[in-house]
Formats: sequence, structure tokens, C-alpha cells
Amino acid sequence: MQISLTVNGERHRVDVEPRRTLADALREDLGLTGTHLGCEHGVCGACTIVVDGRPVRACLMFAVQADGASIATVEGLAADDGTLHPLQEAFSRCHGLQCGACTPGMLMTALHLLDTEPAPSRDRIRAEMAGNICRCTGYVGIVDAVESAAARQRELAPEA
Amino acid sequence: MKCPPFDYHRATGVADAVATLDAAGDEGKILAGGQSLVPVLALRMARPAVLVDINHVPGLSSLEVRGDTLHLGALVRHLTLAEQDQHPLLAEAARWIGHTAIRSRGTVAGSLAHADPSAELPSVLLACDGAVQVAGPGATRRVGAADLFVGALQTDLGDAEMITEVELPVPDGWGFSEFARRHGDFAVVSAVATRFGDRIRVVIGGVAGVPHLVSPPDSTPDLLTVSGAVQDDRVAEIADAAARGVEPASDLHGSADHRRALTREVVRRAVAQLAGTPTSDRTPVPA
Ligand SMILES: Cc1cc2nc3c(=O)[nH]c(=O)nc-3n(C[C@H](O)[C@H](O)[C@H](O)COP(=O)(O)OP(=O)(O)OC[C@H]3O[C@@H](n4cnc5c(N)ncnc54)[C@H](O)[C@@H]3O)c2cc1C
Ligand code: FES
Ligand code: FES
Repeated sequence: MQISLTVNGERHRVDVEPRRTLADALREDLGLTGTHLGCEHGVCGACTIVVDGRPVRACLMFAVQADGASIATVEGLAADDGTLHPLQEAFSRCHGLQCGACTPGMLMTALHLLDTEPAPSRDRIRAEMAGNICRCTGYVGIVDAVESAAARQRELAPEA
Repeated sequence: MKCPPFDYHRATGVADAVATLDAAGDEGKILAGGQSLVPVLALRMARPAVLVDINHVPGLSSLEVRGDTLHLGALVRHLTLAEQDQHPLLAEAARWIGHTAIRSRGTVAGSLAHADPSAELPSVLLACDGAVQVAGPGATRRVGAADLFVGALQTDLGDAEMITEVELPVPDGWGFSEFARRHGDFAVVSAVATRFGDRIRVVIGGVAGVPHLVSPPDSTPDLLTVSGAVQDDRVAEIADAAARGVEPASDLHGSADHRRALTREVVRRAVAQLAGTPTSDRTPVPA
């Protein structure tokens, strides 16, 4: 099936088999391998991306269902000149990652959290990030990173 | 793992969806939020030949109180259930479903049709004595909660039938309690308590193939509250009776004894919360 979708502001047309998941279409057909796959059945969170403003598991959506959708993936976080997004910078500084398998999903989950709640408590951060599994870090660095990025973003864009 | 191959049909309306399912015999499946069906396909526990995607069917996302009942279109997402304030029990229960990324896709009718014994919404439907409107080949019908769930992951729905609307009466008082290993995991045991007038209903999830209804005898609310204070003895009595009345199985997530002990505690909490709901705190229901 022919579908068209917008990924990080760029329009793409691809021809996919109906059973192709959105995660596989991004990775295999569009070469956007930043979106990772772990379990491929919804429980690990590695494949989390933002579709039409809401976080979704890219392994639980078929690409044909994303026809016409607007998608944000980890590749769209850093600026064009390579400057890291405040979340990426904080994950790096706070040791919020080790092997990096979970990181794209963590970043996209955190991105949506900070878009909807600019000043979440540590408990709220823990609750929202609990759907994403990390084998390496023990999570403390991840919670630190999201908290720190939230503070940095509030500095950069203070409420009017 | 990758899903087995299937034909994909994007339904344009309820009649189109039902006709496509009907033509597929027992080889068709509705695709709603995909949060239960896609894992089933990925794990190759089913291989339907045709998936009928109902996400583009118009008119299935409405949410409206009529009389004392909240009417929900089949496609209302869990996130919307959690955010609405017309049915506070439903909002509380929906917050316990998975994580934001699951709630943003999963639908109310999908959860009911999937009928997982640990799922929150089937228990809520039964505790509120709700019903679903079903469209099938040539006919529509209404199925009450007590008839909808027939076993673990099994409902009364035929292969070509589709839930179009969920009817959920708004209770006068309610309580909800769940024990899960981590917030967002499926419940090990959960309890929903409701009060309609002076009738109390308690439903326990996770202890049988279908939500388990306990109707405490003598359930007049003034037995529960004495001048506004909760009568702990009465609550404990209901919780003990509920725990005696269940026959849970042992599995990976907990032994039968553990589940029975949890039943007593979640029922105690749900009924205490229900008893503590001051009558003046009732949600105003527009006529
Ligand atoms: C990581 C994870 C955690 C989860 N945690 C929980 C949890 O804690 N509690 C919980 O309750 N659920 C949980 N879920 C499941 C989630 O609630 C699903 O949204 C729900 O069970 C199915 O809804 P859906 O819209 O995604 O349906 P789908 O997956 O699209 O469909 C499920 C089944 O229902 C049928 N169906 C769908 N819509 C209709 C309809 N309108 N009429 C007739 N049949 C229909 C389908 O054919 C299929 O058989 C979790 C899922 C994941 C992946
Ligand atoms: S790969 Fe999608 S949730 Fe694990
Ligand atoms: S950094 Fe290795 S899984 Fe999270």
C-alpha cells in the first residue's frame, strides 16, 4: 500500500506491506534507525515516538495506520547544526544512558511529558517514565536528567 | 517477532466494517487501538486473514451524558476516559491502564472486547451494570455487562459483530482499588465498588476468567456510615465475605492464597472509599 507521512517535518511516500509496523517502516524503509526496537509487543517502550502530538508505541501501530500522520522521532530532537536538545544534553550530563538501547524511547516519552507539564515533580517523572524499561542505568540518572532538562527549558523559555 | 501477513481494510462506516467481517467468516478481526491485538499477532497467537481498521469510522468518538448514563463511542481512547470528569470512577480506573503511550491508542470498546480478566474497564462496566450497543450483519442489539463476558478473553460477540457504543450509568458513590506489581502493569487483583441509590455492587478483577460480582447482602448505605463516619466493622465484614467467595487460580503473578489476601484488602479499600464518599459530593449529572 502507498502511504505518505511526515517525519520530523519532512514528507515521505512509501510502499508498505500491511503487516509492516510503523517502527519497521521508519527503520527499514526510511532509514531512520534512531527509533529502537526491544520487545516488539508493547512492553519495553524502546520504540516510543510521538504521532500527531501523542506518544505511541511504534511497534503496536501499522505503518498503513500512519498514512497522513505527523510523526516526531529522536532524529528530530537535535538542532540542524548538531546542538543537542536540552533533554539529550541532560541525559548525557546526568548519566541517563549507558548502552543507549532504551534512550530514544526515554527521550520521546520525556519530550511529551515536558511538552504537557513543564514542571513535573520527581514522582510524576517516575510515573511517566515507568513504561520504559532500562537494563543499564538503574533509572536514577534518567529521572535526574528529565528533572534537569525541565529546569533548563523553563530557563530558556520563561513563562511570559 | 513480526506479525503474520493479513489483508488490511480501512472501514469507512459501521455497515462497511460489519459487511467486511461478515465476508471474512471467522478469519476477520477488528483493529481498534491495537494495544492488545498487535501483541497477539506479533506473538503469533492468532493469524486472522483480514484486519478491519475502524479508526477512521466517523461518529465513534463521542462522549455524552444522557439521563444518568454516560454514552461513549467505541473509539474513545483511554487518555480521554482518564481526562473526562463526567464519570469519576471511569476516570480513576482508566488512569490505571498501562502507560501514557498505551492510553493514547487503546479504546474503551477494544478493552471490553478483549476481555482480559485483569483489565479495569470490564470490572467498571459490570460494577455500573452497563451495557454495549452491538452492530452485526442485519441487526443491532444491546448486550448487558453480565452477558458480555463469558470467559477469559471470551465475549458473547459474534465474529461479524462490532461494539459501537458503551453505556455506563454514573454511580451515586464509588470506590476503586488495585494491586499491581508496578503502576501501569496489569492488576494482580482489583476491586470496584459502586452505589446506586441504596444498592451496593462490588466487582473483583483478576480472580476469575470474568469480572466477579459480589453483591453484599444488607447493603444499605446507612449500615456503612453512621453520621458520616465509616463503620469499619461493616466494611471488614464485606471484605471478608468477598475473600471467602472467590476461587482464584495460582499463576506467575501470584498464588491463590496471595490473591485471596489481596482480594480482602482491595475490597476493604474500595468499600471504605465508597462509604466515605459524602452524598453531597455527588457528580452533578445534567439532565
Ligand atoms: C504494555 C501494555 C500494558 C497494558 N496495560 C493494561 C492494563 O494495565 N489494563 C488494561 O486493561 N489494559 C492494558 N493494556 C491493554 C490496553 O488496555 C488495550 O488498549 C485494550 O486491551 C484493547 O483495546 P484496543 O483498542 O487497543 O483494541 P485492539 O488491540 O485493537 O483489539 C483488541 C480486541 O478487541 C477487538 N475489538 C476492538 N474494538 C472492537 C469493537 N469496537 N467491537 C468488537 N471488537 C473489537 C479486536 O478485534 C481484538 O480482538 C496494556 C497494553 C500494553 C501493550
Ligand atoms: S519495541 Fe515497542 S514497546 Fe518494546
Ligand atoms: S541505557 Fe542500556 S537499556 Fe537503558
